Amino acid sequence: MEAVISEIVAKYNYWIYVVLMMIGFYAMIGKRNLVKKLLGMNIFQTAIILFFVSIGVKKGGGIPIVDKYQALAGGVDAATVVNPLPHVLMLTAIVVGVSVTGVALAVLIRIHEEFGTLEEDEILEKLRQ
Amino acid sequence: MRDINEHTPGEDLIIKTAVRLMVPFAQLFGLYVIVHGHYSPGGGFQGGVILGAAFIMLALAFDVKTSQQYMTIRVNTVFNNLGAAIFVGVGALSAIFGGLFLDYSALDKLIPMGPVEWRSFGIFLVEVGVGFTVMSIMVLLYWNLSSGGAMDEGL
Amino acid sequence: MSTPNLHLFVLVVPLLSALAVNLWGRNNRQMIAPLVLGSLAFSVLGSIVVMGNVLRHGTISYTVGNWQPPFGIELIIDPLSAMMMVLISVVALLASFSSLKSAEQELPGREAFFFTLYLILIAGLHGLVLTGDAFNLYVLLEITSITSYGLIAMGRGRAALSSFNYIIMGTIGACFYLLGVGYIYILTGTLNMADIARILPTLNAPVATTTAIAFVLVGLWVKMAFFPLHAWLPNAYSHAPTGAGTMVAPLMTKVTVYLMIRVILNVYTPALVFTHDWVTNGVMWAAAIAIVCGSALALGQKDLRRMLTYIIIAEVGYMVGGVFLANSNGLTGAILHIVNDSLMTLCLFLVVAAIIYRQGSVSLDSLQGIFRRMPITMAAFTLGAFAMIGVPPTCGFFSKWYLILGGIDGGHWEFVIALVVSSLINVILFFRIIELAYFGSLADGEHHEHGSTERHEAPWWMLKPLVITAVLLIVVGFSTGPLINNVISLIIPAGF
Repeated sequence: MEAVISEIVAKYNYWIYVVLMMIGFYAMIGKRNLVKKLLGMNIFQTAIILFFVSIGVKKGGGIPIVDKYQALAGGVDAATVVNPLPHVLMLTAIVVGVSVTGVALAVLIRIHEEFGTLEEDEILEKLRQ
Repeated sequence: MRDINEHTPGEDLIIKTAVRLMVPFAQLFGLYVIVHGHYSPGGGFQGGVILGAAFIMLALAFDVKTSQQYMTIRVNTVFNNLGAAIFVGVGALSAIFGGLFLDYSALDKLIPMGPVEWRSFGIFLVEVGVGFTVMSIMVLLYWNLSSGGAMDEGL
Repeated sequence: MSTPNLHLFVLVVPLLSALAVNLWGRNNRQMIAPLVLGSLAFSVLGSIVVMGNVLRHGTISYTVGNWQPPFGIELIIDPLSAMMMVLISVVALLASFSSLKSAEQELPGREAFFFTLYLILIAGLHGLVLTGDAFNLYVLLEITSITSYGLIAMGRGRAALSSFNYIIMGTIGACFYLLGVGYIYILTGTLNMADIARILPTLNAPVATTTAIAFVLVGLWVKMAFFPLHAWLPNAYSHAPTGAGTMVAPLMTKVTVYLMIRVILNVYTPALVFTHDWVTNGVMWAAAIAIVCGSALALGQKDLRRMLTYIIIAEVGYMVGGVFLANSNGLTGAILHIVNDSLMTLCLFLVVAAIIYRQGSVSLDSLQGIFRRMPITMAAFTLGAFAMIGVPPTCGFFSKWYLILGGIDGGHWEFVIALVVSSLINVILFFRIIELAYFGSLADGEHHEHGSTERHEAPWWMLKPLVITAVLLIVVGFSTGPLINNVISLIIPAGF
């Protein structure tokens, strides 16, 4: 019991990301409104981005910005600086998320022009006729 | 050009004045973020979004048509493709001049600056390209989504 | 332009011409066709030269930007990726002849946007088969997916809704893949594929490794429409504009199968993936069900294009089952089936595009007696049908042969039975259409412009790639032996 509680408390950030991911996933699958599905997708992607960024954190680590000439002269001690590689990877992932959201919103406008509504069950009703 | 002080229903004088004061500083900050990208926080995408946000502020405060007078659809298209062409073009140019793809030190044969300096400067060139594309795409996305796709009639 | 960089120029030239089409194609409509065809022809030539280089000199290792691996992005150019590059360029070039005509008819005035997305998708596919870095794979996967979302949404009617469903499912798949890459990065600290393969077996973290493998594989399965994650495919591909469907259907799922093979062979060595028997058995059963369900659902369709999309789902079942058989016959069959299935699907979709161009619909009722009006098209359709069924000497026979051999070797009888059953169902499916087309009385309807028995063949631009593809089906069938000996046997790892 003690071990379980300390597991959860020690890794609380990962638990938060898992909860966020599940919320986003549920919204994508379970909600009927198309815009809510899209927002669920956004929440899911954001949770993954946060997860990635928190991979690089080190205990007592500082921000990975160093002076150019200091770094060239003396090198950088990896233990004092947070890992910047996941941050850079997640920049790309954020751009991808923005693009997908943009395309999805444009597609939603087309759907609204075509069917007049954005609720999934009403659209299926119209299609059945 | 439409008179900016003409009153259209629903727009507030305070917002218009504040935006007119803010936009130059926002653009300056965006350029600053792009230029400082290659050795401190910043870069093409971040600076491009801030530059795009400046135009979107104009479109929000005034009207989409007004912001299109500052950046026409034609100029938007040119910036889109110019930015991507700069990125891919710099890479292809380095390959043509004998190095590997995106190996900026090969561009030393074009303008002699020293291969190590070129590796640093090449990143800057590529980030400028990315900034152009991201800025124009953000503005185009906002125009299209806020007007339901009617913006492309302007050409 | 130097030969060491040629494979990247194969990618860059379509990308640059996409930008050119976007800039100038809106006002000068005539410039689009030369730009598209010219850049794709250059890609075909370039990829053939790269293939020759690789077969002569062995695997080329290339680092973008001259940053040494494992810090830089490395590209893998080995026989498998060179073969995929040739396949993608050839299929794209043949499909674009037909797509130019279809886009002119279905999307007047918007061809510039259509072909911008088209060319960027092809550049993204080339990048996918070249990359040797796990995160770069995610970026290129999303580039191809986003452009295909846009292409599919350009259709009429239900296209936008199908594209939205595809967006949701596709993003789930890509996010799962990204999560898997995240776990790998936590475990190994590197993103380079060769490095991961070196470090992963030495770690002692079975739960984390298994989770990473599971997430990556499920993500790729969503993208390739493997049963039961296939629900987006029939709607998306049958409501897309005809020109988009002709290019996307033969390529996207097959390149994703290639990605799965690449991940299993080069990132996780096969020893790690095929350790648990219950996993391989489960996947084989899912593949068998995919094959049978895909073929059975195709039986109930009234529209030729929708029927073909269900057959695509069955074919993906063939390939995934072949890979998870974990023996050399199965893997040979799966890789051979990637090539064969692209060509067969291309041939059938080109027929569909030609019929839609002339008639406007490919519902089974409107296909009656069409042989009299479009004889060459239906002859090519017959050849494609024989290839799908698996009649020698078309290429379809040889890949099914290897898959059945592999199934018998591995003792997975459910897979063998599913293959045989699906061939029989394909016979029913295609002979039904051939009978309607050749022997049915002519459908009377408002679609036709001319009289009933007059020959009203598809235009020359659509006929030429159709005939070339049909001939290729037989040529590739005859050259299966050299293909396997010289290319595919180099890819299969020694332990199989």
